[in-house]
Amino acid sequence: MYILSDNIISPLGFSTAENFEAVCLGRSALRYYSDKFDLPEPFYASLIEEDRLNEAFGKLPVNHRRYTRLEMMSILSAYSAIMDSGIDAGADDVLFVFSTTKGNVELLDEENSFEKERVYLWRSAQIVAKFFGNDNEPVVVSNACISGCAAQIAAMNYLENHNYKYAVVIGAEVLSKFIVSGFQSFKALSPTLCKPFDKNRCGLNLGEAAATIVYAKEDDAVTVTENAVRLVGGAMHNDANHISAPSRTGEGLYRSLMQLCPHNIAFISAHGTATAYNDDMESVAINRAGLNRIPVTSLKGYFGHTLGAAGVVESIISCHALQNHIVLKTAGTEEVGTVNPINVCLANAEITELSFIKMMSGFGGSNAALLFTENKKID
Amino acid sequence: MDVYILSSCRITNDRLIADGKEVLTRNCEKGPAWLNTIYRALGIQYPKFFKMDNLAKVGFLAAEVVMHDTEIARDRENYAVVCLNSASSIDDDRAYQQTIASKELFFPSPAVFVYTLANIVTGEIAIRHNIFGESSFYVYENFSALRLYDSIKDVFNNPDMSAVIGGWVNYDEDCDVLMLRACRLSDPEKMLLSENNINNLYK
Repeated sequence: MYILSDNIISPLGFSTAENFEAVCLGRSALRYYSDKFDLPEPFYASLIEEDRLNEAFGKLPVNHRRYTRLEMMSILSAYSAIMDSGIDAGADDVLFVFSTTKGNVELLDEENSFEKERVYLWRSAQIVAKFFGNDNEPVVVSNACISGCAAQIAAMNYLENHNYKYAVVIGAEVLSKFIVSGFQSFKALSPTLCKPFDKNRCGLNLGEAAATIVYAKEDDAVTVTENAVRLVGGAMHNDANHISAPSRTGEGLYRSLMQLCPHNIAFISAHGTATAYNDDMESVAINRAGLNRIPVTSLKGYFGHTLGAAGVVESIISCHALQNHIVLKTAGTEEVGTVNPINVCLANAEITELSFIKMMSGFGGSNAALLFTENKKID
Repeated sequence: MDVYILSSCRITNDRLIADGKEVLTRNCEKGPAWLNTIYRALGIQYPKFFKMDNLAKVGFLAAEVVMHDTEIARDRENYAVVCLNSASSIDDDRAYQQTIASKELFFPSPAVFVYTLANIVTGEIAIRHNIFGESSFYVYENFSALRLYDSIKDVFNNPDMSAVIGGWVNYDEDCDVLMLRACRLSDPEKMLLSENNINNLYK
């Protein structure tokens, strides 16, 4: 299926162009926060400013309904992508696929005037789809950290096997006391800016974002630009090993990579969270799949780990990198040190191949890999 | 391509039904006590069960029932686990929220937090049964036989997948589960995976 358009809402910008430019220039959205969310421990994170979000949202043709932060970000992102795609998002043949891990979970925290069911993930997804006049029941994918990749695979299944022409895939996550305290309790957060694949990495930074990709079915008479990017394959495999620790053999990720049979790959857009175990696991899977010479990049140093949004955000940035013939540097990393050697990209570099792999792994032992290819006319 | 239901398990607040036959009726308190009763009745030895949240427990138990007659076989590598529900992990979300509700009573626990991801139940099932295929979790407002049918059927687009443990696994105020083991085979003795048959098993 083809990518028709996309959008990213993050602290680095409210359009894909702004986000991509910031990343190319090496800008990071990660900042230091103390006393945030009433938490005893400080942390680094990538947080979207409330005022900026409200201002941007205020410019939309909005009805008088009240929206949560997650819904505002999702609607803003989808609005921009849908406008750019030119599709009628309210049509019967458009399916909304929503990716999030915790949705509006912060509504559990305090007294608020939202209805009780607003904390359910399907409710957020319905509200976003309804904003665009779409009456199909949205698909919600909640597969921990691989959600954003899993949502794109779900969209592919629906476009290929069911009566839909277009899929609007939205990944969104907001941070809250709930999520940050949980990762702190796990001792997963880095006390510094994260350093993916670095010898001295010591944990991840969290981030919030919303991102949207509008996909079109391939056999449809859709006009796509000459260098449009297609999602040609997706694979998911479980480690069958541990619910919160990555597999030492990289089992599920290795199997996902092998299922895609990738060749002529320009780069691997890795998960690269900068936790000791995840990054080692990825290095093992990459080596087992024989991809150790392929440039590997992690975008976590720019956006933090945006959880349910990450698979969508990082797919979009990587697609734009592919179209611009570059592999992006892994921000924050000084000296690479993983259990198996991999070719971590430490400076933006030119590429010639037309495909890349996006991969993700997460709690529950889940792993996903996606294969994207740029459409090129053969002369 | 036809897909057949090899076995099914229905768990409600009051009943455990295996392949359409009621095998256990609740005569204890509903909720966690009922799940422990089912665990004991199935005669399983799996101490990790007691660390799980209610959603993972009930999904685990239903998977035990639909897998009971299968040998520990290598081909489980080609199984997938697909679960759907309405409440995602809300039951454990509420439990975790209790641990961070105030500055005075602030004791966030990683053991509780990890289950605030709905898909952990799919991971628990994969670990228990040595399943290396896809593990997915989807959320919809209500039980839908069509969505369950689609989710299971779509797994078989991957020609390597031989079977799916898939079902509706909801745990909110109430326990509402229908788990299926579905295979790609031609066996007229078995029940065809269809929206109608799924609805009949859910009734």
